[in-house]
Amino acid sequence: MGFFIEVLIGGLLAGVLYSLVALGFVLIFKASGVFNFAQGAMVLTAALALVRSLELFGQWKWPFWLALVSAFLFAAAIMAVVAWGAERLVLRKLVNQEGIILFMATIGMTFFIEGLAQTLFGADVYPLNLGLPKDPLFILESLFDGGILVNELDIWAAVIAGMLVAGLAVFFQRTRIGRALRAVADDHAAAQSVGIPLNQIWFIVWLVAGLVALVAGAVWGSKLGVQFSLSLLALKALPVLILGGFTSVPGAIIGGLIIGAGEKISEVFAGPLLKDLGAWLATNGATGLGTVLGDVGATLTGIEIWFAYVVALLFLLVRPQGLFGERIIERV
Amino acid sequence: MSMASSGPTDRLPHQAGEAGRGTAPSNVLDVANVEVIYNHVILVLKGVSLSVPQGAIVALLGANGAGKSTTLKAISNLLRTERGEVTKGRILYRGERVDGLTPSDLVRRGVIQVMEGRHCFGHLTVEENLLTGAFIQGGKRRQIADDLEKVYHYFPRLKVRRSSQAGYTSGGEQQMTAIGRALMSRPTTILLDEPSMGLAPQLVEEIFEIVKNLNEREKVSMLLAEQNTNVALRYAHYGYILENGRVVLDGDAASLRENEDVKEFYLGVSGEGRRSFRDVKHYRRRKRWL
Repeated sequence: MGFFIEVLIGGLLAGVLYSLVALGFVLIFKASGVFNFAQGAMVLTAALALVRSLELFGQWKWPFWLALVSAFLFAAAIMAVVAWGAERLVLRKLVNQEGIILFMATIGMTFFIEGLAQTLFGADVYPLNLGLPKDPLFILESLFDGGILVNELDIWAAVIAGMLVAGLAVFFQRTRIGRALRAVADDHAAAQSVGIPLNQIWFIVWLVAGLVALVAGAVWGSKLGVQFSLSLLALKALPVLILGGFTSVPGAIIGGLIIGAGEKISEVFAGPLLKDLGAWLATNGATGLGTVLGDVGATLTGIEIWFAYVVALLFLLVRPQGLFGERIIERV
Repeated sequence: MSMASSGPTDRLPHQAGEAGRGTAPSNVLDVANVEVIYNHVILVLKGVSLSVPQGAIVALLGANGAGKSTTLKAISNLLRTERGEVTKGRILYRGERVDGLTPSDLVRRGVIQVMEGRHCFGHLTVEENLLTGAFIQGGKRRQIADDLEKVYHYFPRLKVRRSSQAGYTSGGEQQMTAIGRALMSRPTTILLDEPSMGLAPQLVEEIFEIVKNLNEREKVSMLLAEQNTNVALRYAHYGYILENGRVVLDGDAASLRENEDVKEFYLGVSGEGRRSFRDVKHYRRRKRWL
């Protein structure tokens, strides 16, 4: 039991990180109807800017906290430049175009941003140390024999993600700009007609998505090191979005948790479970089927890699708007 | 709702009106010889001129595709996002050229459009919809709260429905939300596009009563595009009739109501009472003001 909970918690904490990436997608999709394929590239860019500037400030013998704060500010400024560029050079030219055209434009942006970021900041693997504790931690030792092993860094990541989401919720529900963002998400033309300047709003949305990318990049980077594969996180966010719904912030969070927990649990338990089942069948008469199942169970590893996509596929068949996706309000 | 200051207009001499229409300072809007082209090829307006005097309700009438909505969008500059462009002519607000401004700038100056088909923000509540209209007011909480009360005063029904999602309210309530939302920007001039669309006759009457009320009490000038000629001419002071992108007739609402051609082509009655289209003389049937 203790081991199961350990795997579950490990999975949920990994899921939090998927949620962070998915969140960036949801923000832009809600406000501008653009599926921003470049979100992964933005994570990479933010992380690279962060880790490289931190390195540079460290060489200048700045105190660690000052270097850290400055590096975050620098990376945020880079994300502001990306947001400005996306609005000014791409979105503004494509106002009122089909969603698919905007989507393709973001694919182009992905390559451009990735290339530019790696040219500017380098393309190696950079270890990122944010000063967060990384020690393994044993909790609930009184309840389970030997306690439950969790990574302290993962807990910090979850706390940071939680604060980010709470902040975003307040921003969207309670502020004037947040309300304008939701209005733009609902109806571009009407938002424009009441005097909401679309260009400004798009810039703000991309900036917020960029800051979310920065947080995601910082957390993932300190876990795995900052490297090109961060941009591929975008692919992992896709099933999370299909599960949670493209337009829902809570959906992104819960989708991430389900995917994270699901893939860890299936990875650890599905193979042995099948093997046991096969053995049980074999001893109870159904020898042929039992052997087959046993063999499959014995070789069944790496579920983690495809689990999310299979879940997404099933969801597309059954509930295409996702768990929390907005139903389209239609009245005649 | 207080109006924007109507100080002396800094009008340049060359901006005096074309097409025989002077830009009297008492006009809030002067549209002179405006030509609009969509997608660089489709000519929709072929030189439309009209003016809206301060405090008046001006009706813009005509059939489908005559160019009513396009005229309004040319003024509010929502055209650009629909790949349309004003290629000739000028649009003056209080004697000052506004054809290069963004919709947001125009709203700041007091010209706001209520779009055809309501266009409420479906997932926002009615009250949130109204508050989006106050976006350009920034953070003046007191004033916005007062304005909100004022809108609820004109549209009591919205107060009841304030916390329901606008997407689930009725067509009439959505039209009220759209007009109320425009009021929240403290406009001097509202460009109202087809407020009667898809509404029951009784509701149309109700909406027009409120429009008239707003015009009289809040001194908001209105440019009203309507297909429902009958209702529009009863509430408007002045009317323009558009056909194929040109103004073919204009005059006081009362005189338009009495005009034989308007009666026949738009109000569906003629001097001799109802009769079959077959009996109409050939030349009458063909007659257009072209």
